Amino acid sequence: MQATIVQAVNEALHGAMERDDRVVVFGEDVAESGGVFRATDELLEEFGSDRVVDTPLSEIAIVGGATGMAMYGYRPVVEIQFSGFLPPAFDQLVTNTSRIRWRTRGELTAPMVVRMPYGAGVRALEHHSESLEGAYAHIPGLKVAVPSTPADTKGLLTAAIRDPDPVLFMEPKRIYRSIREELPEGDHEVPLGEAAVRREGDAVTVVAWGAMMPPTLEAVDDSGIDAEVIDLRTISPMDTETVVESVKKTGRCVVVHEGPRTLGVGSELIARINDEALMYLEAPIERVTGFDTQVPLLSMEDFYLPHPPRILDGIERALTA
Amino acid sequence: MSDRESDRRVPSAVGDGGVGLLTQADLSVPTHQIVDPDGSYDPEAVPDLSAEELCDLYRWMVTDRVFSRRMVNIQRRGELGTFGSTRGQEASIIGSAFTLEPQDWLYVGRAWTPMFMRGASMTDMIHFWRGIETAQQSFAKQNSQIAISIGSHIPLVAGLAWGMQLDDADAVATAYIGDGATSTGAAHEGINLAGALSLPALFFCQNNQYAISLNVEEQTGAKTLAQKALAYGIDAIRVDGQDVLAVYDAVQTARERVKDGNPVFVESVTYRLDAHTTSDDPTRYRDEEEVQEWEAKDPIERYRSFLQSEGLWSRIDHDSIVDDIETEFDEALATADELEERRVRELFAHVYDELPSELSRQLEAFEALLEERPEMDDYIEQRPKG
Ligand SMILES: Cc1ncc(C[n+]2csc(CCOP(=O)(O)OP(=O)(O)O)c2C)c(N)n1
Ligand SMILES: [Mg+2]
Repeated sequence: MQATIVQAVNEALHGAMERDDRVVVFGEDVAESGGVFRATDELLEEFGSDRVVDTPLSEIAIVGGATGMAMYGYRPVVEIQFSGFLPPAFDQLVTNTSRIRWRTRGELTAPMVVRMPYGAGVRALEHHSESLEGAYAHIPGLKVAVPSTPADTKGLLTAAIRDPDPVLFMEPKRIYRSIREELPEGDHEVPLGEAAVRREGDAVTVVAWGAMMPPTLEAVDDSGIDAEVIDLRTISPMDTETVVESVKKTGRCVVVHEGPRTLGVGSELIARINDEALMYLEAPIERVTGFDTQVPLLSMEDFYLPHPPRILDGIERALTA
Repeated sequence: MSDRESDRRVPSAVGDGGVGLLTQADLSVPTHQIVDPDGSYDPEAVPDLSAEELCDLYRWMVTDRVFSRRMVNIQRRGELGTFGSTRGQEASIIGSAFTLEPQDWLYVGRAWTPMFMRGASMTDMIHFWRGIETAQQSFAKQNSQIAISIGSHIPLVAGLAWGMQLDDADAVATAYIGDGATSTGAAHEGINLAGALSLPALFFCQNNQYAISLNVEEQTGAKTLAQKALAYGIDAIRVDGQDVLAVYDAVQTARERVKDGNPVFVESVTYRLDAHTTSDDPTRYRDEEEVQEWEAKDPIERYRSFLQSEGLWSRIDHDSIVDDIETEFDEALATADELEERRVRELFAHVYDELPSELSRQLEAFEALLEERPEMDDYIEQRPKG
């Protein structure tokens, strides 16, 4: 079946609900209207109103409620309509969701998934554009995954729903419908915590994820540079090994991310490379990132995003330094 | 200590030993109405407004309707990012905003014309929906803001009111919220704060029956939204939101009380006739029949029949009002379309009072890159039309 990323989300949800009747889906506008992006389309019709529920407009109740339900033994997969509306529920993530296992020494756990579209570039209003994976990955006990292809979306979401720990699943909404590919049939899982090498090369390692993958691959493909491109896929836990092995081979590295530069995921990646491969580096590691500003409103949001020429500029700097 | 009436109420007497459940059924919440849907009304109940003011109410309601229609149209032509129409809610929006004074603060959800009533231009509002940062700057000059994160403004309004209280200001802070917003944690905490500190805060809730696809009956187990206020120790009024005089009367009464440190929550029962925004398809969650029922309760029609009964209709030239608004919109759109090319520096302005050195460095590097790599233009577009 050919599918887009948003269809892959839908397919993974259908599959998970079919296989495990403890999986329940809730959030704002997810049931009757099938989600504002149609990610939960037809779930209500197929699985009924006990398992697919439109909640009140209450992010705290969605995330906190999911946490309690998970402690009780269900597998909630909840939707936050846009990642810009997760902050009210940040309290629950920090105070409860991420700490249940730790607090009870494993007696209780919170296996649940919070799905949310993130990122700029869809011409929406304020709070519909941020990429704060760095902030969320800073919470111990919470996993953070960001797919960039339809097949990975299906595989990672399937794995996230099965995962014994809570997972924040950030969906790159700018490319929700722009990539279409064949989806692996049936019960397809992509393990959390494993990066994917999208393109092999010897000259430089370029690490990106989510909505930054297409412009990164475009920059590399158009330039003819022999770059190795890694899709990190999971921000936390981070696959240090794949990145470090690649950097040991190429000696140069560029990290591309949409979120703000300072204390972004790139900072951590660079620290880990420094820890494990400093002596292999032939040049300082470059970062191509969002600015340390609010994401501009829609008329200027293009300026904020790392586009291929900016990414290429970073790669060339890493190559010439 | 406040001298609020509710603070002086004594707890009810101890019962007879049996377990007494206090339920919603113990509460009756009347809905204030002045003009009946059939057009009849008690002349005694009509608020004390001059003929000119009564005509102004009509003109503003029509402004609201025309503005929504034009905005939806230009969005369809690709000249706006998105837009949330207010059609059906004109009485609710105008009747309430008509009571506000310039020194009051207004923090809205779905209500755009109140900004015009306070002096902002249609150009500002077009800019807002085109994602141009100067819009909220203009609104701020009128003590007004629009909140996008639902409910997030409710504690802010409590805080604004707190400042007014400390200043002994002759003003109120007003939060316009939707039915959906009443379910947020921010609403709970913000309204409670107003009640606890007796703040001059006015909460105007437009219960338009839906939060995107969710009907208000699924939004809460509460029979009315107005009753929620009582739990915070503040007073409530429930009003027919299709009756502009009733809304005016309710909010005017509320404002008077609020000014004296008695926060009030007004639930205005209305209906969103159009889609949630231009990207929403309401046929997925509501029947045409229901929409038709509310079309029949058109607030502008009802008010027109009142003006006719009062002999004021002859003072109103409806077509020329519409023509004037259309012209104002055309001019506003032309001005908005003339937006000057913006500078990249603007993206870095106003993040802090002073640009930190790391941000200056990011800006300089970006400006240099734009010079060095003209191919950036293939990816970066200023979208003055959103
Ligand atoms: C905190 C938050 N969650 C979700 C959204 C997405 N959203 C935008 S409007 C809306 C419904 C709002 O309903 P209501 O408060 O009744 O206002 P209305 O749109 O009906 O005027 C939702 C869920 C948001 N803007 N903010
Ligand atoms: Mg509503």
